[in-house]
Amino acid sequence: MSEHIVTKKQYAHVFVILLILTLTTSWAAYFDLGKLNVVVALVIATIKASLVVLFFMHVYWQTKLTKLVVVSGVAWLALLLWLTLTDIVSRGWLPFPGK
Amino acid sequence: MANHTLALRHQFDDVDQQKDASTFGMWLFLATEVLFFGGMFCCYTVYRSLYPAAFGAASNHLSVIWGGVSTAVLICSSYFMACSVNSAASGRKNALITYLVLTILFAATFLVIEMSEWHNLYTEGMMPGFNFTFHEGDFRHVQLFYCMYFSMTGLHASHVTVGIGILTVLLIRAARGVFSPQYHTPVEVSGLYWHFVDLVWIYLFPLYYLVARHVHAG
Repeated sequence: MSEHIVTKKQYAHVFVILLILTLTTSWAAYFDLGKLNVVVALVIATIKASLVVLFFMHVYWQTKLTKLVVVSGVAWLALLLWLTLTDIVSRGWLPFPGK
Repeated sequence: MANHTLALRHQFDDVDQQKDASTFGMWLFLATEVLFFGGMFCCYTVYRSLYPAAFGAASNHLSVIWGGVSTAVLICSSYFMACSVNSAASGRKNALITYLVLTILFAATFLVIEMSEWHNLYTEGMMPGFNFTFHEGDFRHVQLFYCMYFSMTGLHASHVTVGIGILTVLLIRAARGVFSPQYHTPVEVSGLYWHFVDLVWIYLFPLYYLVARHVHAG
């Protein structure tokens, strides 16, 4: 049973939060926070993405099957990034000749 | 309830089951899209970790202001799409048409901003393959950054263009009075696609315009 009409008020709340977060992330980029710049930008992007997925895309009210598809999409992306980066990052850790 | 019976295909038990099946199918497609864009994001992550200084120098040629404005424009478009779904589900035809038009207008505005940004980069000599005249520092990897920038924003822009096509079809059908509170699955499912396009940009914006700005050599 997926019928759930989200009210315009709920959408408007999410919309305003998304705009505020966009301003915040743009503003934060002007400060040199060292490695934290990446963390701040990606954390804000992930909060925005979660709001869009849960409320604009109605996943919050969806069936368990749909939620499973969403989670597995993200999980496969994580696998792709993780396994690729374990290779890239660990190159040169061991002193093999010719490397 | 003519629409109700007309809309129900014979392989489904009831309207709810049919609707859940459509939503499920769209989400499966979106999961493949996550991996389609994911391969490119993975490529970006690898090269950024290998050449942080060149990526920083390259990123500083992009305008945070215009990047932020296009993000806001796309979020507005997404919001109007959400309002379209709400209007379709509550059977308000005129509101549905108005919101769909607003969604399309904001999408077109996004494309106009993006094309003018591309044009600026082209005239500044930052477009690999067409006009690349940047020769400071590690310029080869600056070129790599811009190859990826144009591929990823280009793939995203093509998704926006397809989205405008889908929204136009919805608009025509809405004007003909096809949608009702019993049958508005196309509006809802197209909405999912549209929000996904917004979602990709939510990550493209910080990764290209924001995070690399203060990366210095070393």
